[in-house]
Amino acid sequence: MAHAPEAHAGAAHGHAEEAFIWKYVFSKNHRIIGIQYYVTAMVMALVAGLLAMLIRLQLAWPQKDWAFLAKIFPMGYDAGGGFGVMRPEFYAMLFTMHGTIMVFFVLSTAPVSGFGNLLIPLQTGARDMAFPFLNGLSFWTFLVGCVVILTSFFVGAGAAAGGWTAYPPLSALKGAVPGSETGQTLWIVGMVFFIASFTMGGLNFVTTIINLRTKGLTPLRMPMTLWAMFLVAVLGLLAFPALIAACIMLIFDRHFGTSFFLPTGLVLNNVPILGPDGKFLHQGGSPLLWQHLFWFLGHPEVYILMLPALGFTSDILATFARKPLFGYKSMVGAMWAIGGLSFIVWGHHMFVSGMNPYLAMAFAVGTILIAVPSAVKTFNWLATMRDARMRYKTPLLWALGVVSLFISGGLSGVWLAQSAPDIQLHDTMFVAAHFHLIMAGAALFGVFGATTYWFPKMFGRMMNDTLGKAHFWFTFVAYYCVFFPMHYIGIAGHMRRIYDPYQYEFLKPLQPINEFITIAALVLGASQILFFVNFFWSAFAGKKAEANPWEANGLEWTTASPPPHGNWPGEIPAVHRWPYEYANPAFPKDYVMQTEPLTESELKLIAAEGPTGHEH
Amino acid sequence: MSTEVLRKPRGPGLDRGGPGGDGPGGEGGHGRGEPELFYDPARFGLWLFLGTLTMMFIGFTSAYMVRRLSPDWAPLKPPGLLWANTAVLLLSSGALEAARRRLRGWNVAGVGPWLLTTGVLGVLFLAGQLMAWKVLVARGYFVGSSPHNSFFYLLSGVHGVHLVGGLIWFAVVLVKARRLAYTPGEDGLGMFAIYWHFLAGLWVYLMFLLFVF
Amino acid sequence: MGKLQGLLFALATVVLVALATYYFTHPWLPPLKSDRGAIDHAIWLSLVVTGAVFILTNLLLAYFSWRYQDDGQTRAAYWHHNPSLEWAWTLVTAAIMCTFLFKALSLWAGITSDPPADAMLVEVTGQQFAWNVRYPGPDGMLGRTDHLLASQENPIGLDKSDPHSADDVLLLNQMVLPQDRPVRVQIRSMDVIHSFFLPNFRVKQDAVPGMTVQIWFTPTDTGDFEIACAEHCGLGHYRMRGQIHIVPPGAFDKALTDAAAQ
Repeated sequence: MAHAPEAHAGAAHGHAEEAFIWKYVFSKNHRIIGIQYYVTAMVMALVAGLLAMLIRLQLAWPQKDWAFLAKIFPMGYDAGGGFGVMRPEFYAMLFTMHGTIMVFFVLSTAPVSGFGNLLIPLQTGARDMAFPFLNGLSFWTFLVGCVVILTSFFVGAGAAAGGWTAYPPLSALKGAVPGSETGQTLWIVGMVFFIASFTMGGLNFVTTIINLRTKGLTPLRMPMTLWAMFLVAVLGLLAFPALIAACIMLIFDRHFGTSFFLPTGLVLNNVPILGPDGKFLHQGGSPLLWQHLFWFLGHPEVYILMLPALGFTSDILATFARKPLFGYKSMVGAMWAIGGLSFIVWGHHMFVSGMNPYLAMAFAVGTILIAVPSAVKTFNWLATMRDARMRYKTPLLWALGVVSLFISGGLSGVWLAQSAPDIQLHDTMFVAAHFHLIMAGAALFGVFGATTYWFPKMFGRMMNDTLGKAHFWFTFVAYYCVFFPMHYIGIAGHMRRIYDPYQYEFLKPLQPINEFITIAALVLGASQILFFVNFFWSAFAGKKAEANPWEANGLEWTTASPPPHGNWPGEIPAVHRWPYEYANPAFPKDYVMQTEPLTESELKLIAAEGPTGHEH
Repeated sequence: MSTEVLRKPRGPGLDRGGPGGDGPGGEGGHGRGEPELFYDPARFGLWLFLGTLTMMFIGFTSAYMVRRLSPDWAPLKPPGLLWANTAVLLLSSGALEAARRRLRGWNVAGVGPWLLTTGVLGVLFLAGQLMAWKVLVARGYFVGSSPHNSFFYLLSGVHGVHLVGGLIWFAVVLVKARRLAYTPGEDGLGMFAIYWHFLAGLWVYLMFLLFVF
Repeated sequence: MGKLQGLLFALATVVLVALATYYFTHPWLPPLKSDRGAIDHAIWLSLVVTGAVFILTNLLLAYFSWRYQDDGQTRAAYWHHNPSLEWAWTLVTAAIMCTFLFKALSLWAGITSDPPADAMLVEVTGQQFAWNVRYPGPDGMLGRTDHLLASQENPIGLDKSDPHSADDVLLLNQMVLPQDRPVRVQIRSMDVIHSFFLPNFRVKQDAVPGMTVQIWFTPTDTGDFEIACAEHCGLGHYRMRGQIHIVPPGAFDKALTDAAAQ
């Protein structure tokens, strides 16, 4: 079947100018959809960030009277009689929804659905994703999920309050905590929409990357970002179904009287929970079953958050170091190893859960070993930096920040991976330090780096570099000030999800540290204003960007900023080399784009000696 | 630019000139002598989706297996209707294959009746499932009565929901067939058939898991 | 301007290393009062090894970020792999991790091993929001419980008709143990998942309804310490606090009787 691709591109479609609603609202264009996801994730981040600030205020000064907060959140503060002291059930809701929104609706979304949609067609050399309609549908499904989750705050007894991990029986028994009323049901519904949306996205990502790569784009010429998106999509397709299965079973336990997760003998408030026949209503279920299913998703999920940031970091680092990425093949291999191992380590969240100790040992093996590919990645980044010529623009700072957080957060993982030390550290703030540094931090810094780097492809403009650097420094310093001290208080035994730690004598001395963390958190939160101002101002009035403002090599830089309709005006370029051809002395410029054909001398060299490894 | 991929069913490997057909990813770049993996993206995506569904049922299966080993397991005797329903669904798949074969074999007139049969049997299956639920409830076997009950209602319910999705897809297929939108000699019914047969096979598996194993 | 950023990043990294090293070497662990010192040793070893790696990699990160800045004139080096170096750091990392793994597994095997035959028995049943502690009494056997019997006055559903129940000693949010005697604790729950946490004893075990999980340890010092709940269990999770008293062996019986009398 013949077609004339050249004639198809650009204006020769025969499309009339699309109405605003089809172009920008119910769009099927990957760039618009990516931006839609991104901006929605930003809004959700504001909500979840606010929740975090409230959590921090409570941990620093638990019995304090916050009169003005009681006015804004009357349901959360005992506002009767002028009291502005937070209610424990409100606190439980805060940490539950902070975790849920951040993990799924912000940090699975912005890097993956946001940047994945923006970049995959551009980096693969495709006009759009494989299934543009499904792509648009996935965004609107996601949005419905967001609305459901946000609505849950306003139902009678409040949003879910059983932790983002929603362990039954706490999440399954309606009387166990107020949030386990309608709030938990809406949580489950919101998650079902989210998982449906993420699945649709995953189908699109994998199909596009496998099927729609342009001529010459062999796997080992794909940039690390593209590898990350591919692996993340595969992880999601394989892992999220376990959580959906668990969610459906939880709905059954909550609403249809089943006992998937609910054991015999439940007594709530000293009253046995009986069925109409006088026997226990629930019989024979296992709370551990939920944990296994949840963490089967939960562990790959944290890599879904992290891998894109690792991909961004590699690409950004190479560009601004003006040097090829060191050890590209082992970087790809390490990503596969991390992705693969992520499926066999989930039980390390359950070392003290009561599961079989032999099973715990099995999980400890994979968990400890996952440090090896992670270390390889870190060393490769460092090696990339050595003898580099680094240009310190904002994206590079974020990439270096990711490296720093990856080291800090990754090393504390080694402590936790050992099942016996985990006895002391499980469910303490040490764990919170670990995952906020490596997972949340790396993902967040990755998103900021990606934003400042690929902003030209989003909006055709540059973000302000000075403001960007200021934002980085405030965020970087504040982030460490917030999360690093959590290691110490965790070792000291400070538990997680504790409304008032100072009920315990052994935790009283730690209050000054909590106060320090809270003040740093307020600074961290306030600093994000710099980002929002920069983002929105630059989107409309930033300096116009050329096609390749960073002198980078990827396919996305071979087209205009932002890319035109169909991504390339005319034929899609073919790829001849890998994306990390920097500093090659044989070329006039210190970078050679992927689309540059091999030179005579290169061809001669290959003929004589075989592939040199530079064009892969 | 957008919905061609869904509207124009394509067989695998039909045209190396553009993997997405006239889909947006297709024109221009890929397929000009590039020896990498190449499948019709829509079909590829469907297989991925079936993989995801399979993973979900593996999750249910593992939950079932663990529960099955408990000492308080009290097996539920399936109403005979369930076996009849299974047969109906398999026949439905058979009818679909007959329709598909006729389309590929240029026998356009023969497609309609077999396609209609597929749908009728599918609806019959669903009705039969609902009836089976009623029979069980009448016998006093509610969803929470025992773990075997719970799993039966859960698994047949989730399967049924996906079958309803399949019936919606079928309605679209039927409308297209009546409009003669499928090209004779090609495998226009292939995508739907993959999903429909998957559901039939899944049901056989679930019956085996629940009542034979 | 460009030079400044590299310098700043290097400085920030060095400051991080300095502060981290300083604060990590403080004694944060609650004083150890049990025989599970091997856990402390494992934590210490983790600190030393990961600390060394932390310092080394961060110093490299700092140095590189300052030293290798663009001068606008020369190009970066072109090399981008070094198989022997890559193998070296991969194998060294793997060797270190395998050491940790081996030590971790043998430590875990020890801790999860069966208790000594002479270990005394105590049962702890968590509920929203209290710890019910039960001793088997002189007959050495815990009376039967039936959750159908649970009520305000009988939170754990003790079956009074069982002869073994009569001498059971029940404490609320209190635990008394003799020094230097191994104790096996059977951990249960009435409602949701709790977690029995003894910070000074390096003991933590989830209390899961429908399960009885047994752990064992030996208190090595006398004194009064705290019991905490370490698994979110509802709005009272923060106040699920108990006290554990370790008394000299000879004083145990009286101490238990006194506690029960309260």
